[in-house]
Amino acid sequence: MQWNGASLLIELLKRQGIRIVSGIPGGANLPLYDALGQSDLRHILVRHEQAGGFLAQGMARSTGAAAACFATSGPGAVNLMTAIADAKLDSVPIVAVTGQVSSALIGTDAFQEVDTYGMSIPITKHNFLVRTVAELLDVVPEAFRIALSGRQGPVLVDMPKDVQQGRIDLDAFPDPGVADPVAEADGAVLASMARMIAAAERPLLYVGGGVVASGAEEEVRALSALCGIPVVSTLMGLGIMAMEDPLNLGMIGMHGSRATNLAVDRADLLIALGVRFDDRATGSIAGFAPRARVIHLDIDEAEIGKIRRPDISTGCDVKRALRRLNKLVARAPREAWKAEIATLRREHPFETPEDESHPANLVKRIASLAPKECIVTVDVGQHQMWAAQWWPVRRTRSFLTSGGLGTMGFSVPAAMGAALANPGTPVVVLTGDGSLLINIQELATIAENQLDIKICVFNNGSLGLVRQQQELFYGGRYVASRFVARPDYAAIARGFGIPGCTIRIPHDETALARAFAIKGPALIDIELSESENVYPMVPPGKSNVEAIVAGKGKS
Amino acid sequence: MNGLPNTIVKLMVRNHSGAMSHITGLFSRRGFNLEGILCAPVEGGADSVMYLLVRNDERLEQIVKQVQKLYDVKSVSVQDDLDHTVFNRIEQLLNEP
Repeated sequence: MQWNGASLLIELLKRQGIRIVSGIPGGANLPLYDALGQSDLRHILVRHEQAGGFLAQGMARSTGAAAACFATSGPGAVNLMTAIADAKLDSVPIVAVTGQVSSALIGTDAFQEVDTYGMSIPITKHNFLVRTVAELLDVVPEAFRIALSGRQGPVLVDMPKDVQQGRIDLDAFPDPGVADPVAEADGAVLASMARMIAAAERPLLYVGGGVVASGAEEEVRALSALCGIPVVSTLMGLGIMAMEDPLNLGMIGMHGSRATNLAVDRADLLIALGVRFDDRATGSIAGFAPRARVIHLDIDEAEIGKIRRPDISTGCDVKRALRRLNKLVARAPREAWKAEIATLRREHPFETPEDESHPANLVKRIASLAPKECIVTVDVGQHQMWAAQWWPVRRTRSFLTSGGLGTMGFSVPAAMGAALANPGTPVVVLTGDGSLLINIQELATIAENQLDIKICVFNNGSLGLVRQQQELFYGGRYVASRFVARPDYAAIARGFGIPGCTIRIPHDETALARAFAIKGPALIDIELSESENVYPMVPPGKSNVEAIVAGKGKS
Repeated sequence: MNGLPNTIVKLMVRNHSGAMSHITGLFSRRGFNLEGILCAPVEGGADSVMYLLVRNDERLEQIVKQVQKLYDVKSVSVQDDLDHTVFNRIEQLLNEP
């Protein structure tokens, strides 16, 4: 049977299990779109390529399966880069296919030509420039294998127009690319770890996105329960532990609770699982868990010793390692350590402020109105940290956030991907008025596809986290962090064909409930005080125990 | 490690036009020091051997681990015992008027 490069690419994507592709057509990927139009792949036309990348991320982050997106050459590809870089830092498996000018024109500064391959090297796990139609038979399965294997991540396939149009005769297809078998932990190392855990008086589990990627939530909970080990989580690890579990100490780091960061400070053994000792989690690394020996399990060998040299480590799949480790460890109640933690939590209570209109209380109120099975996507800034502190994350892959790159504009398009990949599951967006504007054009995509997404805008008329840092660390000199123009977001939503409402009193529960009762998409613009800060806050570069707490200064 | 300021990392790399960019890009983006590169095709041009002259310090282990992750890199080894004079001779060549 004869194929052209474009129809072959579509067929290979389908063989990878891809059912939905996001993107925008343009000159250099028109053959791809022509083939797409003749297939049963569903295409979601976004209004900015960055949103196409985040849509794919929303699908991948919420399901664990790889997702794909398209962009044309030049500006299309450049627009996509932010979402790809974001996927790299949070290890999200997406495959981006970009159109490129014809091979003969490459290097001539042709119309809409940019060195997509060169630009994407530092922000992809790997990238390909396809030179012949036949190469697609290797490149596409390889792209998916790479995206899904080991530490997952984005792969870019740049496809010149003549390759899309080139012809090939084919009788058989290659097998779809799948994840490589995972690395097993060294048995002797696991036995040593079990002995270290048995000997520890104040062990602490420190869990992150790698546990989610590995699907090791049950194993972490089992280890914690069996050995009486409290668990601290990174932003990417929220949901690994059950909310109500008394051993769940929540998020550590810059905006973690005092008790949680102090527990890390006191620990004599840190069991780091699927984490990379990110600076937002550890604070000044010299002051992080200074009394602790460190066990580090991560699938990416290069993360081991990159920031903190562990006492014992193995590069392996966390789930499989824990299954074996959990058989080697002995039950231990650790009552003294639990009591010490309980005291810490009593001395440093972490509760939402009494002020009902405080954004933290708004997070809780939205959570109480949102369906329990919903997926929430959050943007970047103050609301993100209030959400991380107060949103009841009931399961992993239900709280999607841009952790590593911290990309404002993430939440709305990621929510679209989550809604598309999880039909029937309601999606809630928590965003700020700063973040919303960055991908607000996607309201058109939401309206067009009638996606069940409730967008809650934490509107404080400023770039809140920037304003907060200027208040705390730059002498209250507010430069470029406050918005003079205050758009009417409800009216804007209505302009896009989405119901919109404005809530002027943040604790007006009736108004909020009325908005949540709307069927289908809706935008809820909630006016908040401009001066609230997220606390606690560890000043950048300081140790986690040097946090500033509300109204008290450093403690 | 032999205590010398520099050591040589030997790579076997798939030989295509993007491979060099991937390797040099990794060094610049991670702030690794790269003093010199020697590269030549082998295996009838399918692969290249690359010698990287790098500083022999505590970051060497991280360099090796990161280079190992690159798709086009087939093998990595630290050649502590390799004579650095090959790089010195190139330096002489470059300094000739």
